[in-house]
Amino acid sequence: MARMESRLGRIVPPVVLIALLIGIWWIVVARGDNAIFPTPGQVATGAWALAQDGTLWEHIEASLFRVEIGFGLALLVAVPLGLWMGWVSSAFHTLNPLFQMLRPISPIAWIPVAILWFGVGDFSPIFLIFLSSVFPMMVQTTVGVRTIDRRYLRAAANFGVSRWVLFRRVVIPAVLPEIIVGMRIGLGVAWLVVVAAEMIALNSGLGYLIIDSRNAGNRYDLVIASMIIIGVIGLLLDGATRLLEQLDTVKWRYVR
Amino acid sequence: MSDKQIAVEGVSKSFGHLPVVENVGFEVADGEFVAIVGPSGCGKSTLLNLIAGFERADRGTIGIDGVAVSGPSRNGIMISQQGSVFPWLTVRDNVMFGLSGASHVERTERANRYIRMVGLSGFEQAYPHELSGGMLKRVELARALVVKPEILYMDEPFSALDALMSLRMQMELRRILDEERHTVLLITHDVEEAIHLADRILVLSPRPARIQAVFEIELPHPRKLSHPEAQRLREVLLKELGL
Repeated sequence: MARMESRLGRIVPPVVLIALLIGIWWIVVARGDNAIFPTPGQVATGAWALAQDGTLWEHIEASLFRVEIGFGLALLVAVPLGLWMGWVSSAFHTLNPLFQMLRPISPIAWIPVAILWFGVGDFSPIFLIFLSSVFPMMVQTTVGVRTIDRRYLRAAANFGVSRWVLFRRVVIPAVLPEIIVGMRIGLGVAWLVVVAAEMIALNSGLGYLIIDSRNAGNRYDLVIASMIIIGVIGLLLDGATRLLEQLDTVKWRYVR
Repeated sequence: MSDKQIAVEGVSKSFGHLPVVENVGFEVADGEFVAIVGPSGCGKSTLLNLIAGFERADRGTIGIDGVAVSGPSRNGIMISQQGSVFPWLTVRDNVMFGLSGASHVERTERANRYIRMVGLSGFEQAYPHELSGGMLKRVELARALVVKPEILYMDEPFSALDALMSLRMQMELRRILDEERHTVLLITHDVEEAIHLADRILVLSPRPARIQAVFEIELPHPRKLSHPEAQRLREVLLKELGL
């Protein structure tokens, strides 16, 4: 009973806040004389029409596909590299300055290079997503390894286990919570970047939908609809990654 | 080198310019329980880390079974105050951590036996964050005992527990030592704990640690602290520690 109340307490206030903002938006637009900016009703109608003829799903699928591949590749590269840099000091000292230099370069700045290298197919946005999410995940993994509590490493040394057991049963599980944090950050940036990347010369994806709706007769209802859909999907992606925090082997990090 | 199980000879250790352990020498026989007491910050943990192989001595020699110590070994398991039970493994996986060889079934059975010995039956699948401080100590004890080390190094193992739980764990440890023979080197600042458990007590001086006094305890187990001899010893020990 008390638990249900506390859940309600967590859901109701944000819903009320969002409803309030939509209400204000509706009133302001309805009373103003701006003919282009849509009301929430127009946005909903526009989105509904797109959903009905199926194009909305195609755009969402295209964007999600690019994020899946780009983020997946980044994860495959970032975790082993991060583990290596965290464990081997010389690897850290050699690679870290280079990565710290590459990291602050906005993925947007890579767009011309991406077009030059990969053309205007799916590879360009995938490359940009990879670039944007690989560094946060790598940094997080490295930090995770370097901050493993020494007493666990000492215990492992005391039992004289092999390097393989040390890595599999101590290092990896100790770092896993950090890797999950890195994944949340990485996926967040990846989703942020897919939209920017799709604004350039492609014909699918939510980013393309925004630019195309604007260019094809000022369809601002669809621009706003796309923006809201992007926000909602971002929220769902983060929620999905957070489910990983429920794994038994990482729960220790989040309790208390 | 000596034929005693642990032989410490003229050992010194400094951290930078700070001498922490100075010219310490003593021996521990097979199966003996030696407690080392001293004021806090006197270097007793450093001394234990040297013997267990986690640190290197600047001078002197440390031998275990006649072999110079070159690093930590599963022949001597350390149990420390903060504990090092892996929070990502279940109780059983923690206890099985140090076991190698044999079949999985055999290892599981062995782990279960020691889980039972420390009184944690029914908690095999629990994760450490679901356990109390006293239970965590039992997991750590089981994990150490299951690999059958000849020596247990205990660095204030029960001092993070409340007084009652600490006393209970002392009694459990004594009971287990009656079942399984181990040499124990216990570091503590708790004089009563030392009297309760040890065959011999070494008193260390304030830093840098030197051996200041040695006491043999002949009382049979289980010991009562109300025993006149225990009371007398307590007074003498506290005096040695400057109280």
